[in-house]
Amino acid sequence: MTPPKLSISDVSVTFRAKRGSEVLAIDRLSLDVADREFVSIVGPSGCGKSTLLRLAAGLVRPSSGEIRLDGRVVAEPGADRGMVFQSYTLFPWLSVQGNVEFGPRLRGVPEARCREVAARFIQMVGLTGFERAYPKELSGGMMQRVAIARALANDPEVLLMDEPFGALDAQTRVFMQELLLDIWQRTPKTILFVTHDIDEALLLGDRVYVMTARPGRLREEVVLDLPRPRTLEIESSEAFLEAKRRVLAIVREEAAQAIGQEVAGLR
Amino acid sequence: MTLVDPHPTGRAPRRAVWPGFRPQEPIPRRTYVRIVAGSSAVLLLVWCVLTYGGIVASLFLPSPTAVIRSGAQMAGDGTLLLNAEASLAVIITGWALAVIAGVPTGILMGSFKAVEALIEPVIDFVRYLPVSALIPLLILYIGIGPAEKVAVIFIGTFFQLVLLVADVAAHVPHEQLDVAYTLGASRGQVVRRVLVPATLPGVMDTLRITMGWAWTYLVVAELVSADRGLGFLILDSMRGLFTDRIFVGLAVIGGLGLCFDLLFKWLHRRLLPWSPKA
Repeated sequence: MTPPKLSISDVSVTFRAKRGSEVLAIDRLSLDVADREFVSIVGPSGCGKSTLLRLAAGLVRPSSGEIRLDGRVVAEPGADRGMVFQSYTLFPWLSVQGNVEFGPRLRGVPEARCREVAARFIQMVGLTGFERAYPKELSGGMMQRVAIARALANDPEVLLMDEPFGALDAQTRVFMQELLLDIWQRTPKTILFVTHDIDEALLLGDRVYVMTARPGRLREEVVLDLPRPRTLEIESSEAFLEAKRRVLAIVREEAAQAIGQEVAGLR
Repeated sequence: MTLVDPHPTGRAPRRAVWPGFRPQEPIPRRTYVRIVAGSSAVLLLVWCVLTYGGIVASLFLPSPTAVIRSGAQMAGDGTLLLNAEASLAVIITGWALAVIAGVPTGILMGSFKAVEALIEPVIDFVRYLPVSALIPLLILYIGIGPAEKVAVIFIGTFFQLVLLVADVAAHVPHEQLDVAYTLGASRGQVVRRVLVPATLPGVMDTLRITMGWAWTYLVVAELVSADRGLGFLILDSMRGLFTDRIFVGLAVIGGLGLCFDLLFKWLHRRLLPWSPKA
C-alpha cells in the first residue's frame, strides 16, 4: 500500500477561552489522504472544520499528535500546502496577474516564467482578459477563481479548501463546483475540502467524512464509487441520493447536538 | 425637485417627502450643486447687507470690497507670500518629520503586540496633553525660532498619527497574512509584501487628516510667538485693528487647507488606483 500523501494522526487542539478555561476544538482526530485523492469534510458550523484545515496548513499548532506530508512532519505553514479561504483574500493592491504570480515570485522564479505560469492558470479558471484587473473590479465568484488560480500556480502538494464557495450565491456556486471538478479531472491534486454543503461534498469528493459537533472528531466515512469524470447530472443518480440520505441523517444528528451545546453554553 | 411618495399605500395617501430629507437618500447632482450655490449666495448676501448697509461697523466686519482690496495689496507687496512661505515651511517640515517617524512606528505598533505594550502607555498619556500646554516648555528648550514651531507640529501630529496608523495596521485582514504564509512567504516577506501595502490606503487617509490638524497647531504656535507666518499676520493685523487683513489671512489659511485636501485625494487616486476609496 502506498503511504498517504497527507497524514493527520491523533491530533488534538485546545484553545484557551476566556477566564482561563480551555476548549477542546478537535479531539484525537486521524485522517489520511492519498495522493491525488479528493476528500470532503462536512459538519455542523462550529465543529472545528476550519481548524482542521488550518492545522493541516500549519497555521494552527496541534496540542498533541502530528501532521505529516509525504512522511515528514510539518509544523509551519509552507508552499507545499496551499489554501483557499472562504473570505475574499486576494491582495487588493495586486492585479489578477500579480495575485496569481505571488507564490512563484516569492521563490524568485524568473519574470518570464512567472508570466507563463500565471497565464496558464488564469486561463484555467476562465479569466483570460482580466489579467490587469484589480480585485475591486471583480465579482465574488471571479475573486474566488483568482484565489484558486493563485493557490494552484504555486504548485502545492496538497490543496486545502475552506468553504471556498460559501460566500457565493447559489448559481455561482454550482458553476464553481463544475469548474473545480473540471480542473481537478484535468490536473489531479490532493485536495482536502471543507464545506457545510452536503451536495457539494458528495459531488466533489472521492470520500466524504462527517465531522461531529465540538469537540470535532470524524464520525463517519462515506466512500463514493461514483464514476469519474463527474458532472452535475450525478446529483440525481440513485447512488448519489443514497449517500446523501446517509450523510444528511448524521449531519442532522450532529447539528442538533451542536445547537444543544450552544444553548447550554448560553445558559 | 420631484416629490416622490416612497411608500405608496392603498389607503390614505401619505404626504410625499422630498428625498433630500430622507436619511441617506441620494439627490440629483444638479440639485446638489444648486443647494451649494444657494447657500454660498445667501452667505455672501448677508455679508453684503451687513457691511454695505452699515449695520455692522467695518472694524468688526469689513466689506467684501475692503477684503479684496487689502488682499490684492498684500499679494502685491509680498506680505502674503512671505508669511505663507514661512508657515508652509514650518508645517511641511514638522508634519513630514512626524510622518517619517510615525508611520513605521504605527505599523509596528499595530502589528506586533510587544511593540504595542512597549509604547502604547506613553502615547496614550502624551496624546491627551494639549500641544498648546507644551508650548511654554518648548520655548524654554528650543527658543522662539522656527524650530520651536516645527516641534509643536511634530508633537501635535506624531502621537495621533502613530495611533491612527496602528489602528489601520491592526485591521489588516488576518486571512491575507495567512494566505501569504500558505503561499510560502517568510515572516519578513509577509510584513514587506502584505502588511505594508495593505496599510497604504489607511495611511494615506491618516496623512490627510493629520495635515489638517497640523494647520491648527501651526496657527496656535504662531499666535504665541512668531515674527512671520499666517498666524502672526492675523495677530499683527489685530494689533493695528486691520480687520480686513485678518480676513485675508483666514481666507489664505482656508484656501491652502483646501488645496492640501484636494492634493491628498488626487494622490490617493493616482498612487493607489487599486484602493476601494480611489
